[in-house]
Amino acid sequence: MDLSYGPEYETFREEVRDFIAVNRHLAPKNAGRAARPSNEGVAWQKLLIEHGYTARTIPREYGGFGAEPDILKSRIIAEEFARAGVPGGLANQGISMLVPTLLELGTEEQKRRWIEPTLAGDVVWCQGYSEPGSGSDLASLKTSARVEGGDFVVNGQKIWTSTAKEADMIFCLVRTEGDAAKHQGISYLIFPMTTPGIEVRPLRTMTGHAEFNETFFTDVRVPVDQIVGQRGQGWFVANATLGHERGMLGDPDALENRLLALIELMKVEQVGGARVIDLPALRDRLVALQAEVAAMKYNGMRILSNQIKGEPGGMAKLIVKLQACELAHQISALAIDALGELGILYNGSAHERANGSWQWNYMFQLGLIIGGGTAQIQKNIISERGLNMPREPRLDLPKGPSAQGGQ
Amino acid sequence: MDFGLSQEQQMLAESVTRLLRELSPLDHVRQVAEAGSAVSAQSQAALAELGLPGLVVPEAHGGLGMGLLDATVVATALGEAVAPVPFAARNVMAPLALIAAGSEAQQAQWLPRIAAGEVRFGVGVNEQVSRRDGSGVRCTGGALTGTALFVLDCEEADHFMIADEAGRLHIVSAQADGLELIALKTIDATRSVGELRLASTPAEALADDGGAAARRLIAAGRILLAADSLGAADAMIAQAVAYAGQREQFGRVIGSFQAVKHMCAEMAAKNEPCRSLVWYAAHAFDAVPAEAELVACHAKSHTGEVGRFVARTATEVHGGMGFTDLLGLHYWFKRIGFDRQVLGGPETVREEAAILQGWTARGV
Ligand SMILES: Cc1cc2nc3c(=O)[nH]c(=O)nc-3n(C[C@H](O)[C@H](O)[C@H](O)COP(=O)(O)OP(=O)(O)OC[C@H]3O[C@@H](n4cnc5c(N)ncnc54)[C@H](O)[C@@H]3O)c2cc1C
Repeated sequence: MDLSYGPEYETFREEVRDFIAVNRHLAPKNAGRAARPSNEGVAWQKLLIEHGYTARTIPREYGGFGAEPDILKSRIIAEEFARAGVPGGLANQGISMLVPTLLELGTEEQKRRWIEPTLAGDVVWCQGYSEPGSGSDLASLKTSARVEGGDFVVNGQKIWTSTAKEADMIFCLVRTEGDAAKHQGISYLIFPMTTPGIEVRPLRTMTGHAEFNETFFTDVRVPVDQIVGQRGQGWFVANATLGHERGMLGDPDALENRLLALIELMKVEQVGGARVIDLPALRDRLVALQAEVAAMKYNGMRILSNQIKGEPGGMAKLIVKLQACELAHQISALAIDALGELGILYNGSAHERANGSWQWNYMFQLGLIIGGGTAQIQKNIISERGLNMPREPRLDLPKGPSAQGGQ
Repeated sequence: MDFGLSQEQQMLAESVTRLLRELSPLDHVRQVAEAGSAVSAQSQAALAELGLPGLVVPEAHGGLGMGLLDATVVATALGEAVAPVPFAARNVMAPLALIAAGSEAQQAQWLPRIAAGEVRFGVGVNEQVSRRDGSGVRCTGGALTGTALFVLDCEEADHFMIADEAGRLHIVSAQADGLELIALKTIDATRSVGELRLASTPAEALADDGGAAARRLIAAGRILLAADSLGAADAMIAQAVAYAGQREQFGRVIGSFQAVKHMCAEMAAKNEPCRSLVWYAAHAFDAVPAEAELVACHAKSHTGEVGRFVARTATEVHGGMGFTDLLGLHYWFKRIGFDRQVLGGPETVREEAAILQGWTARGV
């Protein structure tokens, strides 16, 4: 056990700290929920790329900083931005999922065209995977694309498409090989949301906002070269990056920041003249969550250390999405309980706290427990891949094992 | 940067595990327990060969000079095997007390004998955590009077390290006047705890003890109990998964039923972060003193909660068989139960964690 990063890294940490101290006034103030970054946000993102504080290892020719991969430096950057409470680089679906996919499997032309503006926040993407009939069982998807005169012609419907309303582009799974087996008939297409024949209908969610949409395709023509990977390989293209999304959903720094906000809330809020943190039942729950957040933090350090050594993440990694999303939800749940009756205030009501964000988080984090592979799908994965327990009998496949879907 | 066990630590864990697999299979554990003892002579002797009694004793005093993380690794292996061997109090807490608060002369007098296995300590600090049933020990004129409950590793102890009501530590000989030891019967047949009654019993105070050493001992004890619970939970999960892979109902192995798989996945998902937490707590104990007590609280309370969940869930996976004495799963269930309650159950420990952070009126 040696938790020091070494002098070279501590120098680097100082650099990051100095950068943050000098530039923090330029950081966007309300980076929160907006799908499309503000002008301020785009400028901030560009500044971060220029200094290598985001898109760090992405080659320069594609608009990144072009540094050698160095897990510890990336970690230090994340730590210092989180500690300072300053937004780090953008983390949207384009950057977290599409960019790694293109880097791994895209053509040179695709990389040059799309990665730079995506990183810069100029091009916003949405993820067109789920359909009304295909969620956890994603590979059963039916949206079709037939080839006609040099184009794919896409017909069908996607659902739960986050940020489709704001997005410029979509990366989309469609069935191109109607007669191939379930997992072999899918292709991964990328196309503009302005293409004729696309209709986006916002779906209002339990939060009262429309965080996602229904997306309809009627004879949407997509040139055949706007495919990533080969025809029929879309399932594997998509799976190459599902791990990135799960990583994005289990960030220990984010948990720690939520916990700090909760502690602050419980110290500031008063009930009957006493601080909420002085109420034993609530305080007990707070410390229990603090212990769990600590456990996830050190679990994250262990994963990081395995990564540096080139060892597989193993069980420590498999459990992150399930545990971290649940924990985030529980932190918000306690905040609401700490607020008591005030906990129900929403939509800008008088007496509302933190712009209703505890309730919004509480609800949205339930969405995150469901999205990105539901808790139950995570448990299937943990038991099958982590504990080697038998797979579910499959009624949808002729015979033999197959990858488990769910995203 | 390296978060994890060194090769030496992994080897230490493996040698303890291998040795216990050979010398202390469940049948042996059961035999020892049914004979009314919590000490397996053969396991204890073999572990002594590995140097366990002197594990944390400095090399200058004849020990191995290892840290709490090394001890934690051993504790996990012992818990995994439900080994009836005194360890946490006798081999770690007692020497740590001397290291923290003994004078040079006391260290020179006691540490080499501890390392050599010539003296065997039991440790009584529970009154510093929770005082019950009128317990408590007063010190007057170099003699102790009162009752210490839940004295750890008391079987075969020839000396005791006892905290008085001010939190100062004292060494008492088991032969001393006015001392009576009453063995307490607990659910866990693999560990011994006792009630020590003292009536003007002569005692030797640790010379440099300002009262802080007991806090440190308790933190070490909590981390070791957490580590033990972690190991026992590992073993229960492994047994549940193995059983589910072999027991058939409705024409298929029960491990192919999702309800059973999800029980196992939940156990693993809750237990795995405990490993990282326990390792960090042990590391902090030696290397990050400012955090040590707080993380020890977190490790203790959190493994206590997770341990309870694993213990009941793994038992359920075994159906009626899990409930029997025959299968012996209950040895792990009870070991986890012991680890949870001793040196403070989760609520008690969380309250201490709150006080440490100045979060309660009492703590301010
Ligand atoms: C906030 C949010 C944002 C999202 N954003 C996007 C997006 O941008 N793009 C996109 O394509 N999708 C998105 N999704 C969709 C998300 O990926 C799906 O909701 C998710 O995969 C679950 O699919 P489903 O909703 O059809 O539920 P279902 O698959 O119908 O599941 C319903 C219930 O059945 C359980 N279940 C299903 N199969 C199994 C099984 N094999 N074993 C055990 N239990 C099972 C589930 O766990 C769940 O409890 C988003 C979802 C949410 C909530």
